[in-house]
Amino acid sequence: MSPSPLSPVSTISPTAPTTGPGALNASRTAATAARVLRQLRHDPRTIALMILIPCLMLILLRYVFDASPRTFDNIGASLLGVFPLITMFLVTSIATLRERTSGTLERLLAMPLGKADLIAGYALAFGTLAVVQSALATGLAVWLLGLDVTGSPWLLLLVALLDALLGTALGLFVSAFAASEFQAVQFMPAVIFPQLLLCGLFTPRSHMHPALEAVSDALPMSYAVDGMNEVLHHPDMTATFLRDVLIVAGCALLVLGLGAATLRRRTA
Amino acid sequence: MNNLPDPPSPSLTPTTPAVHAEGLTVARGPRTVLRHLGFTVPRGRITGLLGPSGCGKSTLMRSIVGTQAKVTGTLNVLGRPAGHPTLRSRIGYVTQAPSVYDDLTVRQNLDYFAAILDPGRAAAERRHHHVTQAIADVDLTSHADTLAGNLSGGQRGRVSLAVALLGTPELLVLDEPTVGLDPVLRRDLWQLFHDLAATRGATLLVSSHVMDEAERCHRLLLMREGEILADDTPEALRTRTGTDTVEAAFLRLVDEAADADRTKESTR
Repeated sequence: MSPSPLSPVSTISPTAPTTGPGALNASRTAATAARVLRQLRHDPRTIALMILIPCLMLILLRYVFDASPRTFDNIGASLLGVFPLITMFLVTSIATLRERTSGTLERLLAMPLGKADLIAGYALAFGTLAVVQSALATGLAVWLLGLDVTGSPWLLLLVALLDALLGTALGLFVSAFAASEFQAVQFMPAVIFPQLLLCGLFTPRSHMHPALEAVSDALPMSYAVDGMNEVLHHPDMTATFLRDVLIVAGCALLVLGLGAATLRRRTA
Repeated sequence: MNNLPDPPSPSLTPTTPAVHAEGLTVARGPRTVLRHLGFTVPRGRITGLLGPSGCGKSTLMRSIVGTQAKVTGTLNVLGRPAGHPTLRSRIGYVTQAPSVYDDLTVRQNLDYFAAILDPGRAAAERRHHHVTQAIADVDLTSHADTLAGNLSGGQRGRVSLAVALLGTPELLVLDEPTVGLDPVLRRDLWQLFHDLAATRGATLLVSSHVMDEAERCHRLLLMREGEILADDTPEALRTRTGTDTVEAAFLRLVDEAADADRTKESTR
């Protein structure tokens, strides 16, 4: 009764191609991204908060440092990289946690959906949102609030987008360790705040205790802020900028890969 | 409706049962949830999986679908080892709690899962047809554009069932699909289950702890504490135990098993 590997099962008509591990199926990825955006569209308040809060914070910052525009330049540029990271981290960690707890993840993984399709779909959807958010915040800072950048604002936007991707990746990864939305939200201070303190926003990294400086060298947000500062002070793309951008992108891909490893088809 | 492809060689298909298990054991943590099960689920029939809650019904279903970890022994599904990638588009699975996106409408939910099962722009028309059919099958046509989160518990369960009907799966694994439904809907759903078996040749494995539903199945698997008490037709069970209903038959078998356990313990 029990079929050997050579049993007649091979006569079953071939089904729709299932994506192997790592291979991306463009249609399934696009369908997933469209679904995530459609879910957000039913929640306009979240979209409004995501888009408007960074802009409001920049306006606030501009008038907090009313007397010292240099300080606004430095902190404002750094924050343009930090905002997308934080928002995307929060949104992704909650969204994927919901997917895990509602049973839809189990259902999807019992279907012919590749893990890479799911992750790329999420990254694509939230990346799109991050482009809108970053474009608005950057445009506002540069043209209306008088943020003084020596380099091209497009490079600011590029760094912001990579930061958003890094936030998505971290959120996805962290959601595997959160059992509830309460826990997921608490991961924000745990994962983001140390990076915020060590990224050079409050004091140059070279002024920190050597041990902390070494730690900050290992944290991706440090390179995000470094990259923003390179654009701020140099008219052209510098080698340091290129290094920073590659490190942030590499970290994002690495963490996305780790996130994929936390998606298990079989669970206890 | 009946667009299932003809079996490639009819002489071969019936020889492999829908599900075949031998020495199937599942551990969850330190606990053994299923102990050395052996059974066969025939094709094209409705097999009821009955037993008190906590007896391992859901674990057995998850093992068949391929989402359960730590499964040992033999478990073949549609001629392949359970969890084989090619099975993912051939099995429809409904979890106990409805697994749908609350922030999407009924149709949007189905559109997404259909795009995962049958991806690509070329299939759009076929998908639309399947989605409309599935919504009609579970009698939710008038609610197609309602957000799933705004539906009643029973209606959300039916959305979850509609997702499992997409792509005309050969095997439907339904974990307590009629819980919380009124008698009229329950009757209609059982009518649908019989239609699926009779006209589409689908195999259904339906779990329940409501014994009157057992009478509507072609075959029954009675479970208790991770073991199978009986594997028979409802009539045979009633005759064997000399009872009038499956409920009475089940109770007699449970008492006998409990007595056997007690004598085993007292002789020790």
